[in-house]
Amino acid sequence: MDTAVSTSEQLRSRGSLFRPVIGLWSRFLNLILDLVDTLMAPIQRRLGVQRMAYVFVLPNLLIFGIFILFPMLLNFYYAFTGGTALFPEDRPFVGTANLSAIFTCDNFLEPNSCREDLFWRAAFNTAGYVVFEVGLVIVVSLAVAIVLNRKIIARGFFRSVFFYPVLLSPVVVALIWKWILQRDGLLNAFIVGLGGEPINFLISSDWARVWVILISVWSQMGFYTLILLAGLQAIPRELYEAADIDGANGVASFRFVTLPLLMPTMLVVLVLSLIRAVQVFDQVFAFTGGGPGTSTLYMVQYIYNTAFSNQTREYGLAAAASLLLAAVLFIFTLINLRLGGAGRVNN
Amino acid sequence: MKKFNLLILVALLLSIAVVPVLAQDEVTELRITWYDDGNEGAVLRDLLDQFEAENTDIRVVMDTVAYNVVLEQLPIQVEAGEAPDMGRITDLPRMAGQYLDLRPYIEDPAYWEENFPADVFNSLRAGADDEGIYGFPTQFTVTGPFINRTLFEQAGIEVPSDTSDAVTWEEWTEVAVQVAEATGTEFAIAMDRSGHRFAGPAISQGAIYFDEDGEVVIDTEGFRDMADILISWHADAITPAEVWVGAGGSYAAAADFFINGQLVVYMAGSWQVARFSNDIADAFDWEAVPNPSGPGGSTGMPGGAALVAFETEAGAANPERYAAVGRVMDFLAREDIQREFAARTLFIPGHLNLGEVPYETDLPAAQQALATFTAEIPKFDTQAYLLQYSPIVFAINNPVRDRLTQVITGELTLDQAIERIEQDVADAIAAEGA
Repeated sequence: MDTAVSTSEQLRSRGSLFRPVIGLWSRFLNLILDLVDTLMAPIQRRLGVQRMAYVFVLPNLLIFGIFILFPMLLNFYYAFTGGTALFPEDRPFVGTANLSAIFTCDNFLEPNSCREDLFWRAAFNTAGYVVFEVGLVIVVSLAVAIVLNRKIIARGFFRSVFFYPVLLSPVVVALIWKWILQRDGLLNAFIVGLGGEPINFLISSDWARVWVILISVWSQMGFYTLILLAGLQAIPRELYEAADIDGANGVASFRFVTLPLLMPTMLVVLVLSLIRAVQVFDQVFAFTGGGPGTSTLYMVQYIYNTAFSNQTREYGLAAAASLLLAAVLFIFTLINLRLGGAGRVNN
Repeated sequence: MKKFNLLILVALLLSIAVVPVLAQDEVTELRITWYDDGNEGAVLRDLLDQFEAENTDIRVVMDTVAYNVVLEQLPIQVEAGEAPDMGRITDLPRMAGQYLDLRPYIEDPAYWEENFPADVFNSLRAGADDEGIYGFPTQFTVTGPFINRTLFEQAGIEVPSDTSDAVTWEEWTEVAVQVAEATGTEFAIAMDRSGHRFAGPAISQGAIYFDEDGEVVIDTEGFRDMADILISWHADAITPAEVWVGAGGSYAAAADFFINGQLVVYMAGSWQVARFSNDIADAFDWEAVPNPSGPGGSTGMPGGAALVAFETEAGAANPERYAAVGRVMDFLAREDIQREFAARTLFIPGHLNLGEVPYETDLPAAQQALATFTAEIPKFDTQAYLLQYSPIVFAINNPVRDRLTQVITGELTLDQAIERIEQDVADAIAAEGA
């Protein structure tokens, strides 16, 4: 009884402590609302309720215009200018010279025969990365989603575990793996502990490419697993029961029930991961810096190097390369929109 | 009530806007963008504290950043009109035209002209007609090799430069491999990933970077010889591949391998003396040796960093700010301050008339290294000066670094790399001139 009294007294005294704070806070909120009301009321009187929607959209439109639309237009202009000057007014117009430099090639399959060899190395590296990374991320995400969709022990815990890397900053992911894979890193300590010879993963072109893909898959699969898990959970259980009655085993159920019904979700995952893979930069930049040599130099880093990191800052060439990259992304986005439309029609 | 609330809110907002303004006193705050090789940032801070004690109307804030930030981001910041008041830079011609001419703001421009190298002033100038003074060298650097003498002694192998004034790179490589094998040391020889570090050895091998007409030349026997030596170090796995191969596209030093006792011979330069004094101290016997010889003689590369002032919008709007910058620069360029800076940082001073600097170290290795590097200065080849003080020095050095890395990783042959370097340099010159 004494305990109950003292607890209630504590709560009361805590309440009396918080009351002035809450009072002040609500007074402050009232002030803000009064200000908004004072500002908005005359505008609404003048424009009418219907048009007020535009007023509320305006701040977002301004941000979009200043930070996305305007830089895009500026990039388009830069692609047709030369020199190293930063400001547009100081840059001479060179027409399609930058695009023409990129496409000056004896054999497009042999980067060394191209004038801008690094662009084509980056393009081939990116294509290879996209194919393997996207393929692997879909397969692994699907496998994990199927496992996590079953009634396994600690399912909630495992769902969190697989999603956790998605929350990490790409730079943190890169540094963690760099420490694991470097000459005196954790993995080599393990290999040596087992009696093997250490492998210098970060100075071998092949190993670097492999690890870049594996690390990307590790860090992103949680996101795609979540989407696929939602797709799996949307498949009616009755279909599996019907397949079971018809004598379908697990493989047949997966092939004839799960896969067809999951296909729209997988297409979304495919397009999202494709777009993300084409844009790969920060994680790899922090992990390998594009090396060894240029073996993990991808398109966005090529653009960054050309514009900002190289001694001679060729903004025009970088802008032309980014136009080409934008064209590729545009195609993927169109596919995404088309698939999204198809998905809605099917539904 | 609503109007009353509104009045309170307006009063609150006004007070937020006005209080900081009222709180500002008459102190001018200046900013220096700085990077550290060793302890020089801490030394400069001490000196600036002295300055601030004597000049209570000026406060100097140091923004210490990574060296790559100075190389890659500072020029964009400056071009975008967001320059700091002052900055420590190594690519002197890179921002010519955007430095602040200090002559109107320093007490005695003649003192500066007499006591700092004309080459440095010229590198900062925008053209032949430009007579401005934009900054001063914080130190003069000399490239050259360090050796781990303890490893030589443990191997029972004589240090070649003890008995010969003209040891070649091939001889150093051979003997370093012997020492590494005899002592179980991981690596025999290494060079920083830098076109500047490569240039001295290449010139010693007979390379030239500029012909008699001042045109850039890359494809020479000397250049190919030194490139072959560097490539063979990697092919034979006697050098830590992390430095040239594993560093992506940027500068990388092999200093950590030397400090950790994993390396017998390390090609770096005088700026490492302070760091080695601190990080190695007397853990093993380390010393600098003269630059190796070759068909082109024996030369290191000159170099260094300069503290420059930048034109800023704040300074243009308020000449008092430029005057404050001038006072800071005048203070730091003073003979006694220069002597203290050099003595405490173990740098070869950029000031020409300090005489013998009383370096603040009891470490014989540091004294020996500084003496060795200083003795290298008269041996510099003309090509070394031509390259270092050329406006396109980085436009040559960076492609050399990056393309040779591609040869090491097997992406290019040496012939292809040389063609690419020539094209990269030509493109850079064309782009700058566009």
